[in-house]
Amino acid sequence: MMRKNISRLILVCFLTGSLLPIYWMLNMSLKTNEEIIGVMTMWPTHLTFNNYLTIFTDESWYSGYINSIIYVALNMVMSVTLALPAAYAFSRYSFLGDKHVFFWLLTNRMTPPAVFLLPFFQLYSTVGMMDTHLAVALAHLLFNVPLAVWILEGFMSGIPKEIDETAYIDGYSFPKFFVKIFLPLIKSGIGVTAFFCFMFSWVELLLARTLTSVNAKPIAATMTRTVSAAGMDWGVLAAAGTLTIVPGALVIWFVRHYIAKGFAMGRV
Amino acid sequence: MARIELVNLAHSYKAHPTSPSDYALLPMTMTWDDGGAYALLGPSGCGKTTLLNIISGLVIPSEGQVLFDGKDVTRLPTEARNIAQVFQFPVIYDTMTVRENLAFPLKNRGWKTADITKRVDQIAEILELTSDLKHRASGLTADAKQKISLGRGLVRPDVAAVLFDEPLTVIDPHLKWLLRRKLKEIHHELKLSLIYVTHDQVEALTFADQVVVMTQGEVVQVGSAQVLFEEPEHTFVGYFIGNPGMNLLPCSVSQNKVRINGLETSLSVPENFLHAVNNGSANNVIKLGIRPEFVECHATSIANSLPAQLSMVRNMGTHWLASCQLGEHKVAAKLRHEPGKVGSPIWLSFSSERTLFYVNDKRVR
Amino acid sequence: MKTYNNKAWWLIFPVILSVAFSAIMPLMTVVNYSVQDILGPDQAVFVGMEWFRAVMRDSDLHGALFRQLIFSIAVLVIQIPLGIGVALTMPAQGWRASLSLVLVALPLLIPWNVVGTIWQIFARGDIGLLGNTINNVGISYNYTGDSFDAWITVLVMDIWHWTPLVVLLCYAGLRAIPDAYYQAARIDGASRFAVFRFIQLPKLRNVLMIAVLLRFMDSFMIYTEPFVLTGGGPGNATTFLSQYLTQKAVGQFDLGPAAAFSLIYFLIILLFSFILYNWMQRVGTGDQA
Repeated sequence: MMRKNISRLILVCFLTGSLLPIYWMLNMSLKTNEEIIGVMTMWPTHLTFNNYLTIFTDESWYSGYINSIIYVALNMVMSVTLALPAAYAFSRYSFLGDKHVFFWLLTNRMTPPAVFLLPFFQLYSTVGMMDTHLAVALAHLLFNVPLAVWILEGFMSGIPKEIDETAYIDGYSFPKFFVKIFLPLIKSGIGVTAFFCFMFSWVELLLARTLTSVNAKPIAATMTRTVSAAGMDWGVLAAAGTLTIVPGALVIWFVRHYIAKGFAMGRV
Repeated sequence: MARIELVNLAHSYKAHPTSPSDYALLPMTMTWDDGGAYALLGPSGCGKTTLLNIISGLVIPSEGQVLFDGKDVTRLPTEARNIAQVFQFPVIYDTMTVRENLAFPLKNRGWKTADITKRVDQIAEILELTSDLKHRASGLTADAKQKISLGRGLVRPDVAAVLFDEPLTVIDPHLKWLLRRKLKEIHHELKLSLIYVTHDQVEALTFADQVVVMTQGEVVQVGSAQVLFEEPEHTFVGYFIGNPGMNLLPCSVSQNKVRINGLETSLSVPENFLHAVNNGSANNVIKLGIRPEFVECHATSIANSLPAQLSMVRNMGTHWLASCQLGEHKVAAKLRHEPGKVGSPIWLSFSSERTLFYVNDKRVR
Repeated sequence: MKTYNNKAWWLIFPVILSVAFSAIMPLMTVVNYSVQDILGPDQAVFVGMEWFRAVMRDSDLHGALFRQLIFSIAVLVIQIPLGIGVALTMPAQGWRASLSLVLVALPLLIPWNVVGTIWQIFARGDIGLLGNTINNVGISYNYTGDSFDAWITVLVMDIWHWTPLVVLLCYAGLRAIPDAYYQAARIDGASRFAVFRFIQLPKLRNVLMIAVLLRFMDSFMIYTEPFVLTGGGPGNATTFLSQYLTQKAVGQFDLGPAAAFSLIYFLIILLFSFILYNWMQRVGTGDQA
């Protein structure tokens, strides 16, 4: 019991520390720039919603939000779908070059995205896919697919191969086994993979901004256009930051059961 | 080596259960003898794992008591109960060698190293793991890992009972037999109480002295393989045990004769059965049961035989399996010789000694 | 334990296609630039390995590399154990689990430039909660003026931002451990520490490998957050490798050396990751081959 209370205490401390800057961001979002720079107050003395208003009245805001959600969702689905069979292959089979390919996948995450800006720009211009959601979703596959494969492989390797074999003996076809038995066993891995794919794609501003102009312009534009006539627009940035947390929080809320549900390796 | 008693034991996940369907385990009272081998047999969801977990201490029952050698252990935690449990998949410590795995429970109990080594060697020999002692446990095959799992339980001399939760599920079929035999050997040598949960009747019947048949939270019969086969007290037992299971045919009684599909048979009617039928409610479900092994097939009609048609005939090597269409009912028969061709008529008779009667699924003599 | 089957290539083919499609072209472009001196739009001279040599000789590079290494090591040493620890304290199910999950994940969802911006104010001694509190307690703290303070601030900001990644990975990994292991441990009379050492930690191996590699790589490439927070200063105290690269490419608008440096950068990360990966594989296991 004592141990449980210490656990709880540690968690509460960590979460409190973690939430302080977020609270601060919320605080800033409800203040005027003058107040932010001027004094330190725990809560706005002159509560203002102007920052949020600035965002909401900007016509590109709403579409920006939607555009981001579209390409991120596209990317999430593609990444996980592509990664699942590959992760299964790496986990269950050995084949020519397997270890090298596995490591090569990760190397795609070893360069700052800035390096890809110009080449991607040229590539997508050439194929006429500039300013499409698909372009950004495809571009983001570069760093999300390797991540998804690596995480899923890790979780799949935790399932003993005997489960596969028992299922075949029991008469399951491979697709049925994969969907009905295997995937539920790696639920927490899938949940966490989906969330990370969402997160890394959502916060990626450079590529998203470079590959789009009008039709698929994401919130990245708002995020980086932050200097007003009077200087740094702290309040608006903070408000934008607060707003961009919301979809991500929703995603993790939706996958919470996948991540948290225990592993019930019961009747096969 | 414990005598396990269950007194009015029941378990419900609801706070105030009102009807039988609220119970995961319906009230039962049972005694299991010291050193016996018992199997809990039943389909998925029948409550056998719940019962096992109550005995091992992982679940605290909502009603009733569990006694080990007369001592109430109902609320004692698992570690205080002197039991060992083997799970559906091998549970071993990956980073340790086989020896370290087996030594672990003893180390935690503060044993001296020399004693530990001796005991581990002893158990390893019984389980035929001696050559693997130095190896990392994680590199072994599934059946070896299950033996290690089992070994960790056996290594404690004070272990009273070993509980198995479908332990052969992930084992290769040809290795299952070897493991089962090993379990029987251990049972004889170490004289422990063994309780084995399974949905496979072959496993249950070959392993246990007494089989506890369960369905939907209820214990329907406890008995040896022979008793369960010849005298099933519940239609479920008749149907579940045997391959194929018992034939259950709706019947009626009129003028003291048993009729099937309105046709008279020569079966003698047990007294209580007659009484139950005549005085019972009209909604009672009345059936007779006869095992395929005891169905007699005749090529021509004899007195009081029932006409049927052969719908399927198959040579199983050691016997013939026939499916007969008796009106709207199917009757399976296991025969020594080919009964005839598919589609030809056949006459069935059932001997009185082998026919059992059931009212509302319960046997009436 | 794995079966050898080359048909498995079909399963990974889509992944290779989708990644290579995006990776190979840029790579070729970068390699192309790195061996040329681009004097103008159509005037490029092949210079071979000259840029590579020049870059290696640059002492600013050595400084940035050194700072980067210290930073990444500090990140790993702090974030991995902290992440494991927090994951262990999070409840396994129920509304408390859901709540913890959402709260823990929040820092990850903030765009990186906003992260830097918030901390810019947050850490200020006059108008920021953190800075102000520290100064009030009596410690003199100024992240814009003092190198050490700047370092600590960048480090703490990164810990705040990225530890949740480790936490989430470890949490998911812990949930994937079947109950039977804990039950068996209870029957074996194992202590809480033994459960951690012999069951939880080994079973977290895969997940920890990913966490370590990810954190190493991402911290080695870090750019936006420290740039927004300190601009690399004071001086070049917090100028890490990525910023150095950007300065070279953008500031001096020299595509050739920038490309060469990009390649070297990539190779450094590759080398260290490879070493880390192999080391962890060996330390880990004998079983999962």
